Amino acid sequence: MTIEETEKEITEEFELFGDEWEGKYEHLIDLGRSLPMIDVTYKTDDKLIKGCQSKVWLHSEMKDGKVIFTADSDAIITKGIVALMIRVLSNHTPDEIINAQLGFIDKVGLKEHLSPTRANGLVSMIKQMKMDSLAYKTKNI
Amino acid sequence: MNSTIKDRVFDVVSVRESFPILSKKVNGKTLVYLDSGATAQKPQTVIDAVDNYYRNQNANIHRGVHTLSQDVTVAYENARATIQNYLNAKYPHEIIFTSGTTESINLVASSLGKKFVQAGDEIIISAMEHHSNILPWQVVCEEKGAVLKVIPISEKGEILLEEYKKLLSSKTKMVAITHISNTLGTINPVKQIVELAHEKGIPVLIDGAQAVPHQKVDVQGLDADFYCFSGHKLFGPTGVGILYGKEKWLNELPPYKVGGGTIKTVTFEKTVYADLPLKFEAGTPHIAGGIGLAAAIDYVNSIGLENIKEYEKELLHYATEKLSAISGLKIIGNAKEKASVISFVIEGLHPLDIGTILDKLGIAVRTGHHCTQPLMEFYCIPGTVRASFAFYNTKEEIDLLIAGIEKAVKMLK
Ligand SMILES: Cc1ncc(COP(=O)(O)O)c(C=O)c1O
Repeated sequence: MTIEETEKEITEEFELFGDEWEGKYEHLIDLGRSLPMIDVTYKTDDKLIKGCQSKVWLHSEMKDGKVIFTADSDAIITKGIVALMIRVLSNHTPDEIINAQLGFIDKVGLKEHLSPTRANGLVSMIKQMKMDSLAYKTKNI
Repeated sequence: MNSTIKDRVFDVVSVRESFPILSKKVNGKTLVYLDSGATAQKPQTVIDAVDNYYRNQNANIHRGVHTLSQDVTVAYENARATIQNYLNAKYPHEIIFTSGTTESINLVASSLGKKFVQAGDEIIISAMEHHSNILPWQVVCEEKGAVLKVIPISEKGEILLEEYKKLLSSKTKMVAITHISNTLGTINPVKQIVELAHEKGIPVLIDGAQAVPHQKVDVQGLDADFYCFSGHKLFGPTGVGILYGKEKWLNELPPYKVGGGTIKTVTFEKTVYADLPLKFEAGTPHIAGGIGLAAAIDYVNSIGLENIKEYEKELLHYATEKLSAISGLKIIGNAKEKASVISFVIEGLHPLDIGTILDKLGIAVRTGHHCTQPLMEFYCIPGTVRASFAFYNTKEEIDLLIAGIEKAVKMLK
């Protein structure tokens, strides 16, 4: 699936809840719970994303030309958001990740989490995922 | 009607009507504002005072001979007098307008540091200080090779006075301590803290940011050398704050900022500084802010600090009781003397998650470390959820908070 296709899939998934926040958040919490555990050896301070009120650990590696992300958070709603980001961006080429527009965040009604005061670090998380991809890209050239 | 006597003496319904924002909807719900510790809401009279300043009074102060300038200078100086009375300061020139608590503390730290602090000297703060009362002293210590000493606290969140006494020495140049902790709600025994410091001739700065909205502060009664607060936490505008300093100290300290308005005469060779308070008020100040702050104080006085204190005590008691009944909930900060600020954590849940769900329900609380990271380390927690109450809050709102927390727990667990 392309990044856009996954975004579309997620948007449709959230559309089921309409304008109702509770269902959306319950879904997000479920997604957080189902996020595969990150290898504990990666839950170190150097993997922490700065600027979050909750802790977010992000690890990336390159496999067959694609970037694989794994992550974790100590807050469950943040973890749900992390799960969405991984579902969308993981297992794609650096270029695809760098160019991803991520319009789904607005469409599923999570835009407020992009505001700088939200402190859950979604903005920093996206930035870090793109930076990692850029690093892999430049290394390969 | 089952309203208590206090409800009747203190008519919270009409009080709430004076705060336009309190009838606002957030996320489709009526706003439940429990974050007055971060910043307090503004009554109509404050909004009107600021509006009126820009509509009818705007001119620069202490400068023009024209009527507007003279009138607004009078209004600004009247505001200073209102603040003087609120703190029971001896002279109006002991009241310095700043941009807030943070700037007030920076002013004292920087000016005192320049003149009085040397290598090997010590500055005492406490373990429950806001970053604004840590960092300015840290900078002075780094610059001068002085040492920052920290008064430890008990698990309940109370200053250990015996430990404090041990820290006081001939090397101590300043004791800087918060009156009320913004995270724990602890009301510190500042009068005693000042007395003990003065026995050794050491000046004391009190961070009153969280105290002035809740109780009567008498700087002469406390014998405080410096007392700081922010207008915005006292129902006034943002961007204005106060430094009270004893005349003798303010005369001793060199200016902090320099520029227009702080001088008697300037030649390129030598500048003679103005008398207090202008010596510390370089540049055009936040005139609307000063006038708005005085309006806020008039408003608070019209309700009466004694009534406010009584009413908030009841809110605190009610909230503490209700919160304690929630399973897994732990209140952080259980001092005997406490203001209407409650921090808590819930076993297994992240404060941010709880705050996010509460926000969806229209309930505004604060989550995180509240600019007191060393305190979070002391309690070994990543942060807390903090509900802080003002006199416009009600028991019904506390019930909504409790219901909100219960809902959050159900969703998150
Ligand atoms: C105890 C205390 N000190 C200082 C400050 C800083 O106040 P301001 O940001 O208005 O300068 C605060 C504000 O949160 C506070 O609660």
